[in-house]
Amino acid sequence: MADIDELQQFEHDVLVIGAGGAGLRAATECSNRGLNTGLICKSLLGKAHTVMAEGGMAAALGNVDSRDNWKIHFRDTMRGGKFLNQWRMAELHARMAPDCVRELEEWGAVFDRTPDGLISQRNFGGHRYPRLAHVGDRTGLEMIRTLQDHGIHQGIKVYMENKALGLLLDGDKIAGVLGLWRETGRFALFKAKAVIMATGGGGRAWRVTSNSWEYSGDGLAMAYHAGAELMDLEFTQFHPTGMVWPPSVRGTLVTEGVRGDGGILLNSKHERFMFNYIPERFASETADTEEEANLWLNGDKEARRPPELLTRDVVARAILAETEAGRGSPHGGAFLDIASQKPPDVIRRKLPSMYHQFKELAELDITREPMEVGPTMHYFMGGIRVDHDSQQTRVPGLFACGECAAGLHGANRLGGNSLSDLLVFGKLAGIGACEYAASLPSAPAPDAGQVQGLMRSATDILNRETGENPYSIHSDLQDLMQAKVGIIRNQAYLEEGLDGIDQLRTRTAGVKAHGTSQYNAGWHEALDLDPLLITSEAVARAALLRKESRGAHTRAEHEGENEEWGNRNIVTSKAADGSMQVQVVERPAPSEELRAIATATLEELEGTAS
Amino acid sequence: MAKTRKFRIWRGDEQAGDFQDYDVEVETGMVVLDAIHLIQAEQAHDLAVRWNCKAGKCGSCSMEINGKPRLSCMTRMNEYAPDETITVQPMRTFRVIKDLVCDVSWNYEQNKKIAPFKPGPRDADGNYRMKQDDVDRVQEFRKCIECFLCQDVCHVLRDHEQKEKFVGPRFMIRLAGLEMHPLDTADRIPKIKEEFGVGMCNITRCCTEVCPEHIGITDNGIIPLKERVVDRYYDPLRILWRKLTGKT
Ligand SMILES: Cc1cc2nc3c(=O)[nH]c(=O)nc-3n(C[C@H](O)[C@H](O)[C@H](O)COP(=O)(O)OP(=O)(O)OC[C@H]3O[C@@H](n4cnc5c(N)ncnc54)[C@H](O)[C@@H]3O)c2cc1C
Ligand code: SF4
Ligand code: SF4
Ligand code: FES
Repeated sequence: MADIDELQQFEHDVLVIGAGGAGLRAATECSNRGLNTGLICKSLLGKAHTVMAEGGMAAALGNVDSRDNWKIHFRDTMRGGKFLNQWRMAELHARMAPDCVRELEEWGAVFDRTPDGLISQRNFGGHRYPRLAHVGDRTGLEMIRTLQDHGIHQGIKVYMENKALGLLLDGDKIAGVLGLWRETGRFALFKAKAVIMATGGGGRAWRVTSNSWEYSGDGLAMAYHAGAELMDLEFTQFHPTGMVWPPSVRGTLVTEGVRGDGGILLNSKHERFMFNYIPERFASETADTEEEANLWLNGDKEARRPPELLTRDVVARAILAETEAGRGSPHGGAFLDIASQKPPDVIRRKLPSMYHQFKELAELDITREPMEVGPTMHYFMGGIRVDHDSQQTRVPGLFACGECAAGLHGANRLGGNSLSDLLVFGKLAGIGACEYAASLPSAPAPDAGQVQGLMRSATDILNRETGENPYSIHSDLQDLMQAKVGIIRNQAYLEEGLDGIDQLRTRTAGVKAHGTSQYNAGWHEALDLDPLLITSEAVARAALLRKESRGAHTRAEHEGENEEWGNRNIVTSKAADGSMQVQVVERPAPSEELRAIATATLEELEGTAS
Repeated sequence: MAKTRKFRIWRGDEQAGDFQDYDVEVETGMVVLDAIHLIQAEQAHDLAVRWNCKAGKCGSCSMEINGKPRLSCMTRMNEYAPDETITVQPMRTFRVIKDLVCDVSWNYEQNKKIAPFKPGPRDADGNYRMKQDDVDRVQEFRKCIECFLCQDVCHVLRDHEQKEKFVGPRFMIRLAGLEMHPLDTADRIPKIKEEFGVGMCNITRCCTEVCPEHIGITDNGIIPLKERVVDRYYDPLRILWRKLTGKT
């Protein structure tokens, strides 16, 4: 094994892993504060998940409805998260989001405009007022390109197509990262005082998902191995509207913007079934007749919102219940119809990429026919546990932000709250990392043995004589998670899921990649298996422990929310013997002010911004 | 409804390579990228290909399919006759790294040369105001997903290898988007003329034809930039004004 001094080496004050919205925002902050900043990512710059986000980013700018303010955004976020969110993070997010959006505009983002020339805002599920700043249905592209074009002039050193394999420690402190160049198959040693994890989620563990190959839970697994805690992993969001036909695009996302702009859900009997699924908590704020829903769509501010805009967990379960009752669409979903609600030119203007996506991938014209949609694995509410203000984990020098971090969204995320999350917490993680790096007396030194161990386990996959195909292990995991750790869970399924994960781990120990180390897709597929399995196990264990149904987590044998669980988070960490340990922790109490806002009526909050 | 289809895929690296044949069982609704993924999972595990979104949003999966620059995730198999062999190769304007993956870093270098957005001051209430009509064109350019298919097909970059003289259509519309931005205050016209080489484009419109985002690259972006250069440098009144005042 090579001496680590012979490895290609880079040194930075702060190294950011991940070039989505969160990573780019964090890196920009560090660089602006004068730190020597590096950024590594698995794909090319500009291709991260963030680019796919469609509907918009939530911020209480109040441009379209001046009654909106941060308190109502905070209240909506808490209610959407079934009150399991970390109070302080939900507060920071709601307060800071408007300025973060304006800052993005100053850096070049061109949002759709209101008639008075301000940033326009659209309706989305769970948001009381039109709150999502957007650009048609390609808001994520606007965000990532703006951050990318701004960031390349800030002196950030970007390492593209470099996969982080593991975090390096000096004692208990972060000392750097071992990376692997996709192109050459060579290793690179990044020394850093602080590392910011911004790697996104782990949806690729499921069969039907809106996520790309990058979402193998790498950041979660790396942080876990380094001693950090994971939290809230039982809360995996199944977005209600993924494509269901043809099979090759099953899972591809259909933006919630379709419903925000008036789209309705129908079953095979042409019934608008969402009226039958309005939960108690939202009953007073949801329209209960089609007449009222139509008034709302036509801009009547007194009318209540249509039930299609209930939170995602509610809508996903409703579609599943309809299909299971035999009222599904031909390919096992529900009909999403905007053609009957809006004229073709409006649909093409507001939802251009949905129009093209269906036209080209499903040969269907959404201005004339309804779409077929069904739930798809979409987002991790849970992730790495961080301090609410600094975003630091319990490992000194390790920070996390964006989808890979936990806390803001609680048991269910509202649409549009992710993109604003990336900006707010990307910035805060950047500040946190800078302060930490400045406080270190000397640069930590990575442990040579650890580097060699990581290199060996990676190269073993190539070097062993024979072994199993990584693609089939991954594919079996996807079927397992889909079947056993899906939308509706129960104890027996979850236990079978955990057994299955165990068997897959044994198979992974003998996985073999053929070919050379250069741009070898199979090798990288094999390297993604450990993080996928760690993430899957953590989800299943947390789901088994939480004996209630709350937000995105539904246990068939434990219906409804249980008050005792309402203040508990599940925290996962690696025990000294290497096994996975899950623990229940009580959530810190909020300030009286925040509690009052979260439970206030809308009338009490409207026009009280401060 | 699985049917066997024939594929010829270019395999190799910078030094050497050739086409290899694969048979693959395709199902209804598949796109070329799905077939490539099947080949990768079942027959050629180390086959190199880029992709992310599989929905035409990220611009990763560009390649040449039966000679045409396309996004492989948006190219349906049923576009081709049932017995037609599908030939797939990497974009030819850039150095190949391996198989279907090529080195597009040159594009990222061009972007760095472009002076960033520089807005004027905000209104007194802290907002910027712009009319939707005034940003429609800029938004059209900002739809670009950086697939680099236009760069691949542009003969200035492709056949004439004039990469040092012309930034290519992708960055022409990036520049146009900045120049037409109602809030921007920077002046990029001198560089558009000299360093970025707007004059190299002879309006063949090949770039516009391949753009998966249907951006009017040539007519809406490059031609107006050419006009701005002409106005600045070749308009006799402006030249006189410059002589008299010393201002551009
Ligand atoms: C189709 C779709 C539509 C969506 N629409 C919306 C929306 O309208 N509004 C909204 O708010 N949210 C939306 N979301 C959610 C939102 O887009 C994501 O949650 C968010 O973009 C995640 O951003 P991020 O910065 O945390 O991570 P990402 O943008 O996913 O970036 C992760 C980065 O980490 C890198 N990475 C991962 N592992 C490694 C490793 N081992 N080594 C090196 N680099 C690594 C990746 O290469 C990538 O650069 C949508 C999501 C999808 C999939
Ligand atoms: S129109 Fe100009 S930029 Fe486009 S392909 Fe032709 S020469 Fe190249
Ligand atoms: S302008 Fe069109 S073809 Fe060129 S890179 Fe952008 S999206 Fe691709
Ligand atoms: S994979 Fe994103 S454009 Fe094809």
